[in-house]
Amino acid sequence: MNDIASAAVNVAFHGLTLAMVLYLISVGLSVTMGLMGFVNLAHGAFAMAGGYVMTTLMNRWGLDFPLALFLAVAVVTAGSLVLERLLYRRLYGGDELDQVLLTMGLIFMSVGAATYIWGPLAQPMQPPELLRGQFNLLGHTLPAYRSFLIVCGAIIVTVLWLALERTRFGAQLRAAVDNLRMAETIGINTSRLFATAFAFGSGLAALGGGLGADLLAITPGYALDNLVYFLIVVAVGGLGSIRGPFLAALVVGIADTALKYYVPQFGAFFIYALTMAILLRYPHGIFGRT
Amino acid sequence: MMISPDHPSADPKPMLDSFARRHRLDPREALPWLVAIAAYFAFPDYLALQAQILATIVFALSVDLLLGYAGIVTLGHAAFFGVGAYTAGLLAANGWGEPLSGLLAGALAAGVVGFVAGAIILRTSGLTLLMQTLVVAAMLYELANKAGRITGGADGLQGMQVWPVFGTFRFDMFGKTAFLYCLAVLLICWLVVRTVVHSAFGRSLTGIRENVLRMHAIGAPVDRRKVLVYTLSAALAGVAGALIAQTTQFVGLGTLSLERSGTILIMLIIGGVGQLYGSFIGVPLYMIAQDRFASVDPVYWYFWIGLFMVVLVLFARGGVLGVVRRLRQPDGPQK
Amino acid sequence: MTGTIETIKLCKNFGGLVVADAIDFRMEQGARHALIGPNGAGKTTFVNLVTGVVPPTSGGIVLGGEDITTLSQSQRVKRGLVRTFQINALFRRLSVLENVTLAIAEREGIAGNFIRPAGRHRAVIEEAYQLLEQLGLAEEALKSVTDLAYGRQRMTEIAVALGLKPKILLLDEPAAGVPTGDVHTIIEVIERLPSDIAVLLIEHDMDLVFRVARHITVLVRGRVLIEGPPDRIARDPKVREVYLGDRGRL
Repeated sequence: MNDIASAAVNVAFHGLTLAMVLYLISVGLSVTMGLMGFVNLAHGAFAMAGGYVMTTLMNRWGLDFPLALFLAVAVVTAGSLVLERLLYRRLYGGDELDQVLLTMGLIFMSVGAATYIWGPLAQPMQPPELLRGQFNLLGHTLPAYRSFLIVCGAIIVTVLWLALERTRFGAQLRAAVDNLRMAETIGINTSRLFATAFAFGSGLAALGGGLGADLLAITPGYALDNLVYFLIVVAVGGLGSIRGPFLAALVVGIADTALKYYVPQFGAFFIYALTMAILLRYPHGIFGRT
Repeated sequence: MMISPDHPSADPKPMLDSFARRHRLDPREALPWLVAIAAYFAFPDYLALQAQILATIVFALSVDLLLGYAGIVTLGHAAFFGVGAYTAGLLAANGWGEPLSGLLAGALAAGVVGFVAGAIILRTSGLTLLMQTLVVAAMLYELANKAGRITGGADGLQGMQVWPVFGTFRFDMFGKTAFLYCLAVLLICWLVVRTVVHSAFGRSLTGIRENVLRMHAIGAPVDRRKVLVYTLSAALAGVAGALIAQTTQFVGLGTLSLERSGTILIMLIIGGVGQLYGSFIGVPLYMIAQDRFASVDPVYWYFWIGLFMVVLVLFARGGVLGVVRRLRQPDGPQK
Repeated sequence: MTGTIETIKLCKNFGGLVVADAIDFRMEQGARHALIGPNGAGKTTFVNLVTGVVPPTSGGIVLGGEDITTLSQSQRVKRGLVRTFQINALFRRLSVLENVTLAIAEREGIAGNFIRPAGRHRAVIEEAYQLLEQLGLAEEALKSVTDLAYGRQRMTEIAVALGLKPKILLLDEPAAGVPTGDVHTIIEVIERLPSDIAVLLIEHDMDLVFRVARHITVLVRGRVLIEGPPDRIARDPKVREVYLGDRGRL
């Protein structure tokens, strides 16, 4: 009995970790798609870039984990701003197919570039000394780094939700997602809002990619391999929603871990089936608006 | 100014005649076949690649029917390609290597899966539909991956034995039979697509693409039409998959991958969507370029093709055919 | 009887917002009826309810004695209930002729045929062209709809609807956005519509309303304020009050 309980706790724990990483990466995508109506399939590339920059700074340049992570987020955020201005901006409000094709092109570029710079193998990630190993909590042995991830994730999520409710930017964001034209009429600079939201989302993705580097391996194919999961979190959670994807990430993270543990012969099949069922019932996601 | 029934300056009959004869074969339509036959003789060392190109054109045609004509964006069409491939492959690997029946089986299996999937997901549209197409393909990929004992899993399906076509034409390593086999099948598939596209059903598909709201408002059974075209498109994709399986005597998970769904879109866009011949242009261009690249620098292919896509979307959205049309006829309506 | 359309206590709520409030409406065969009201009164919603774009929260719709409340849009069109859109909903990249042939092909039931080339259905094409001639669109038959002037697009909108040989025609602001110089062509077309079809005109342009309508229903905030012949409506103090400040003469 203890074993089953223990296994269940482990599954829940790892599921929660995966959920945090998925959420951090996907929340920016939800905002991009809900706010700008832009199908950014290449969003995972920002997470990947965050992972690559962080691991390179740590492995090749010997930087500390916090500093490397910070720099990775900064670099990717800056890069995403450039991309938004140069490329994405041109296709806002455009044909869905164009956006799909453009961002697919970007994914392919990311695959090629990553292979060129770092080669085809996954980047090793060593958590800092402080967070290695395990510790005991309430009779269970928990891995330190993963626990850190959960705590970190929870803090970020809380800060994010508070920022959404309490700051001016958050208010503007919510208004614009709700009714873009109305937001423009009341004087919100939507162009700047888009850029800021985009940068924020990409930065969070980089953070998620870096933090979650040993959960979602940093390989050149990252953006393509994990695309469906990111999209599932966003689609099921509801485009433009910030809380919806959290619930979706929890479901996907825990379900995925549980299924792969208990019925590995089916793998992710049931996640997909579940997604399909949810989207049939809620085409705009559980927290989406029509 | 009163409007009175129009007395147009010229007799309308010639205009109506040309409108009514859009389906007539144009001499230029013989070009792709002439090029194919010429290539057969000109590049005998590359027949295997050419056969694959022909099979992939069938795949691109199936996507064009859906995307270019019905306006349904799909990122999961590899699902049906893969179903066709694995069906033909499994038959050949388990004792039944007759190619034509294998081809039909592949088409049928893909068509059935397409019908079921279409009936379920086509009630949605836009982004949700895109997601669902991805999810369907992902489900099938996962199935094939996990059913390793049957499909070979990540290693791919081994042991395919494809019998000679009509009992006489063996699939040799020079690719002659493969090429001619694929060419014949492509001809038939092209005829099917061309007929459908020029029919009243095909015209109604363009209506669905241009304004689905209005299609409902003129009494069209939109959902039924969408499922029909989706099923046909899936069956054609299945044919393409079966062709690839039979001519390479191998089926891998790549046939069901997101990458496969993405690259076929790219190939179609390069040629131009919704104009029937985009597939004939985009597929060879892409595959030949990739083949050349592979011998020089396989790793960076993705980077350059990605960059090309970005440039294409921003500057030459209509593909090769779009550029050609703009040069010849700046103000004409879409066909 | 066959051409009569009726709504019975038709209601629609969106969340807490009531956009249609127990609307009772009746239009006989051959009627010339107008639905007017201030912006946001729910006129287009009413059309959407009647044509099946939006399901009602409660109430019923009867067409020619048949309860059509649960029928789909397409099914209602097949029974002769046709509408035009306030904002052009045309097949943008297709030609004017193609737009109309699509409608006629659906009506004739040949649009499901996937073998015979579309061009062989010559009768459909001829009929479409004749319709274009009647509406003054023949010169632009092969032009892409997006290349037309806005007023001509509005006319094409009507052409498509007429191609369906409607028994009941709902025209949603046919003159909306049309340059004042071209409005009279729209009016002429409406005046020349076959007398056996019932026409419901939704309009803000009072010129058009008073020229065409023999019966007017005034809708305010989802409710029928009053209905009756034009001169009674014009004199009614409640109606004047509602339109105070709005454009249009009364």
